[in-house]
Amino acid sequence: MTFRIPSLVVAAVVAFIGPASAADYIIDTKGGHASINFRIPHLGYSWLVGRFDTFSGSFSYDATNPAAARISVDIDTASLNSNHAERDKHLRGPDYLDTAQFPKASFVTTSITPKGAGKADITGDLTLRGVTKSVTIAAEAVGGGDDPWGGVRQGFSGRTTLVLADFGIVKELGPASKQVELDLQIEGVRK
Amino acid sequence: MAITDTPTGYGSVSRALHWTMAAAIIVLFGLGLWMVGLDYYSPYYQSAPDVHRSIGILVFVALVLRSGWRLGNVKPDDSDLAPFARTASRAVHRAFYVLLFVLTISGYFISTSDGRPIEVFGLFRVPSAIQSVGLEDAAGLVHRWTAYGIMVLASVHTAAAIWHHAFERRHTLSRMWSGPA
Repeated sequence: MTFRIPSLVVAAVVAFIGPASAADYIIDTKGGHASINFRIPHLGYSWLVGRFDTFSGSFSYDATNPAAARISVDIDTASLNSNHAERDKHLRGPDYLDTAQFPKASFVTTSITPKGAGKADITGDLTLRGVTKSVTIAAEAVGGGDDPWGGVRQGFSGRTTLVLADFGIVKELGPASKQVELDLQIEGVRK
Repeated sequence: MAITDTPTGYGSVSRALHWTMAAAIIVLFGLGLWMVGLDYYSPYYQSAPDVHRSIGILVFVALVLRSGWRLGNVKPDDSDLAPFARTASRAVHRAFYVLLFVLTISGYFISTSDGRPIEVFGLFRVPSAIQSVGLEDAAGLVHRWTAYGIMVLASVHTAAAIWHHAFERRHTLSRMWSGPA
């Protein structure tokens, strides 16, 4: 006796369990396998690179349904580190990030557009210096699967560019330095 | 000409330290306020803080010398002052020493908390003593408010010196300007 499951039923079951099979991950800041980096041209002659040392976040992700993925990240803006204490102090001050006034920055997804081959545009609300603006991150799934210590991990990298003035940072750094590039390296450990 | 201090006035070492430090501290205050507002493309953006740090280190050295000199010398007589004026004047003088140490050390921490040294006029380097993330922020806050405090103190000190000299005819200014009678 042949027992054929109609394809429509298969589709319905997949659609039903699909979102439920998305796993939740905690961004591995504990083990330091994630970083929020920025770079901005210095005078147009070189790249100044820095990062935020303290942040936390989580995401849900299902490789079969990337459009349903969600990510949220909170950043401690005062943890800015550009490898020069005096510059960091200045960047934390009112001229730039004003971290006393705005100690947190955050990013929450609003929509994800898969681009195929593990790539996607992640659109979300970025709140920085008290300004919330929609930004799109060009993201790429780097890899995922079992780790050697009994856990499951999934990693991504992403890139986006912010216009400083959009977030109220108007202190002049020169014509070459009006935008900052963000380079995001995110690895999550499944809950 | 007296080198050391005497009951009737200050010797040449004390006077030289007093006036050069007074001038340096006022210059540093103005320079500090001005330099933190400079545009990134200002030609002084790099040199103004360099000069500020350099003079600051020299003020610290002078402060150490002066503290030693003060402890090793007699204090000019102030027994003719009214009890209140005497207490107030001693409190102001002591506060100057304490706040100037706080000011110079906090300034040093702003520039050295990541391990970088301070270069003094390109002549020598003062190495970093303590490396701590975020120390530059706390030190910056202390440095700013201590500087304001010292300017308030300096105003009170100047007004009192002029008052005692001009209205009470106590030669307060002469004993710091021309020395012991």
